[in-house]
Amino acid sequence: MCHKIRHPRYWLIVPFKMAGLEIISDQGYRIDGRRSSELRKVCARMGVFTQADGSAYIEQGNTKALATVYGPHEVRKGRGKIQHDRAVVNCQFSMATFSTGERKSRPKGDRRSQEMSMHLRQTFEAVIVTELFPRSQIDIYVQILQADGGNYCACVNAATLAVIDAGIPMKDYVCACTAGFIQDSPLLDISYVEESAGAPFLTVAMMPKSEQIVLLEMNSRLHADNMEKVLDLATQGCKDVFAVLDRHVRDHVSESHALMTAS
Amino acid sequence: MKEVPISTCEREFILKAIRDRKRIDGRQTYDYRRLKVSFGMERGCCIVELGDTKVLAQVSGKIEEPKKNRPTEGSIIINLELSPMASPAFEPGRPTESGIEMNRILERNIRDSRAVDTESLCIVAGEKVWSIRADVHVLNDEGNIMDAASIAAITALAHFRRPDVTVMGEEVTIHSPEDRDPVPLSVHHMPVCVTFAFFDQGEFLLVDPNRLEERVMDGRMVVGMNMHREICTLMMSGGMLLVKEQVLRCSQIATVKVAEIIELIQKALDKDAQARQAGEKCGFAESVPANKITTNKKEPTLIDTTAAAQQASQVIQEAGPVDKPMSNMIVQAPGTAQIGEGLVNTWQIDDVDMESEEEEEGRKKSVTNGKEAEATSKPTERKRPVKAVSHADDSGSEEEEKVMLYQGDAEMKSTEDSTALQQPPNSDKPAKKKGKKKKAAQK
Repeated sequence: MCHKIRHPRYWLIVPFKMAGLEIISDQGYRIDGRRSSELRKVCARMGVFTQADGSAYIEQGNTKALATVYGPHEVRKGRGKIQHDRAVVNCQFSMATFSTGERKSRPKGDRRSQEMSMHLRQTFEAVIVTELFPRSQIDIYVQILQADGGNYCACVNAATLAVIDAGIPMKDYVCACTAGFIQDSPLLDISYVEESAGAPFLTVAMMPKSEQIVLLEMNSRLHADNMEKVLDLATQGCKDVFAVLDRHVRDHVSESHALMTAS
Repeated sequence: MKEVPISTCEREFILKAIRDRKRIDGRQTYDYRRLKVSFGMERGCCIVELGDTKVLAQVSGKIEEPKKNRPTEGSIIINLELSPMASPAFEPGRPTESGIEMNRILERNIRDSRAVDTESLCIVAGEKVWSIRADVHVLNDEGNIMDAASIAAITALAHFRRPDVTVMGEEVTIHSPEDRDPVPLSVHHMPVCVTFAFFDQGEFLLVDPNRLEERVMDGRMVVGMNMHREICTLMMSGGMLLVKEQVLRCSQIATVKVAEIIELIQKALDKDAQARQAGEKCGFAESVPANKITTNKKEPTLIDTTAAAQQASQVIQEAGPVDKPMSNMIVQAPGTAQIGEGLVNTWQIDDVDMESEEEEEGRKKSVTNGKEAEATSKPTERKRPVKAVSHADDSGSEEEEKVMLYQGDAEMKSTEDSTALQQPPNSDKPAKKKGKKKKAAQK
C-alpha cells in the first residue's frame, strides 16, 4: 500500500505520488487494475451477530465495515429525546485503531467521527419509516475494521443491510458510492491511494429506484462543468451497488427460508 | 438554554408566504441580505455583517514543528466558535452537532481546497513551519452563519500579514514589524459558501435564509465556490431528498452569487489598503455606525380654523363693546393670576372631600391660567387661545379632566354670570372649541 522508509529518526510514510506512479495508466487501467467506471468487489454477510436485532458485514475491495442495529426499543438515555410521533435514530461511527496504515488511537468524541455519525443519522432518518414507531429509539452502530477509501459508503451500505436484517421497514435501500475526477476523467469508487492524491471526489448516498439523493458531500476543487459527469457516474455506481446488495439479500432470505422449512 | 420552539401559526405563515414566492423580510428568492465587510486595527481581523448576522474572524500565526508525514508544509487551522453570546440556543462548552458540521465545512472549504498555499509556510523543512490559525466567532445569529463565517475566514486570511523570516544556513531570523514589512499569505483563490434552504421536500428553495426561515426549512445545501467556477465544497444534509437537476441548478445560482460576493470582498480589501496607506483611521470604531438620534423633526398638525375664525368674528360683532374692564385680577404668584372666585362644586360628589377639593383647585388653576393667557393675548385672538389650551396640556396627566371641567365650568359660568364676565367667557368658547378640536386632531 505505502512504502515505509526507515529513517534514523522516525518512520516516514511516502505517498505514491512521490514515487511517480500514475493513478490511471495509458491503457486506462487504475492502480488496482480496474477500469474507470468499475466498482470494487463487494462481499456482504447478513446476520453475523446473535445479540443484535440486525447486523451485517460488508467488504468493498479492501474496506471492511461492520454494522449492528438495535431496535426499535424504548428510549433509554435522555427522556428529552422522545418524539411523540416517530422513532429517534441514533448512530455511532467509529474507526478501529488498526484500520489505517498507521496505528492511530481515535477517541470517540473526535470531530471526524462525530461528523460521520451525524451524516449517518441524517441519512437513515430520511429513509427509515420512523412514523411507525413513535416514542422509541433505533440504534445503529458502525465500525470500520479496515479503511481503504470510501469509508462512509461502506458504512451506509453495511447499515442498510443491517436495518433490513433487523426487519425495520425502509422507504428504499440506501446505497452510497464515491466518484472522483482525476486527469480529466471521472473515476468510480475511489480507493485510499486515489483519495490521498488530492483529487476531488464526490460521495453520494441515494435511493436507487427513485434516484433521490439523500446525502451529497464533495471535497477538494471540482469545476462546475464537470459536476454533472461526476454526479452521473456516482449515480450509476449506486445503482450497481444496489444490484449487488439486493441480490445478496434475496439469496440470504431464500437460504434462511429453505433452512427453516427443510427441517 | 433550549431555544423557544416556533409556534405552528408562525411556521404555517412563513411556509405559506414561501409557497406564494414571498419572503417574510421582503427579499426575492435569490437575494442576499445587506453584506458589509469591515476590518479591525490589527492585520487579519475582519467583521462580516450579513443582515443582522455578525461574525468576527481573527487570524494569528505561530511557529511550530510540522506534522511527521508532511515535513515541508505548514498548517492552517480554522476554528468556529458558537458561544451563547450569539444566540441562547448555543450552549457553552461542547459544540453541538450543527456546530461541528459547520466547522468541518469551513475546514474543507478553505483547507482541503488549498485556498492558502501551505508549502510557502515552511521555514526549515522538518523542523519549523508556520501554523496559521483562523478563529471565527459568531457574535449574533440571525440566520445563515455558514456564509458569513466563510466570508469572514477567507477575507481575514487575505488581510493577514505574517512576520518576515530569513534563513541563513542554520540561523533563522524572525523580523519584527518595525524591521521589515510583514508579508501576506499566498491566497490562491477565495472560496465562499452559499447556503440554500429547501422547503416542501425540495420544491421551493431560498438563498440566504434568515433565522426564522432556518427554523422552518426541511434541509439545506451548502455550495462553496470560487471565482473560477470551481466547486470547493458541497454538502447536502438534513434528511431531505433531492434530485440531480436541483443540485445542478443550485450550483449555477451559486456561481452568480459568489461572483458578486467576491467583488464586494475585493472592494473592501482595496479600500482598507488605501486607508492604511493614507494613514487614515481604521478599525471597528470607525466602521461601526453610531445609532444616535441626531435630528428630530416634528410635522406640524394642520388644523382647519376657517370656520372657527368666522364664528369668532361673528360672536365679537354680536357681542358689542366691553363695559367693564377685567380689573379684579389677583396675581397670586408669577404666572398665576386669579379673576373671580371658584364656584360651588356641582358634580354632587359627597363622599370624597379630598377629590372635590382637588377638583376645585384644579378648576381654579386652569381657569386662572387660561384667563391670564387670554388677558395677555387680547390682540391676537385666534392663535393665542389655541396656545392657551396647549399650555394647559403641558401641565400634567390630569389635563383631560382639567379641560373637561374647564369646558363645563366656562359654560356654567356663561349661563350664570351674564353681566360683567360675559365677554371673556364668550370669547373663551371658540377657544375651548378649538382646544377640543386640537385634542381631537392630536388623538
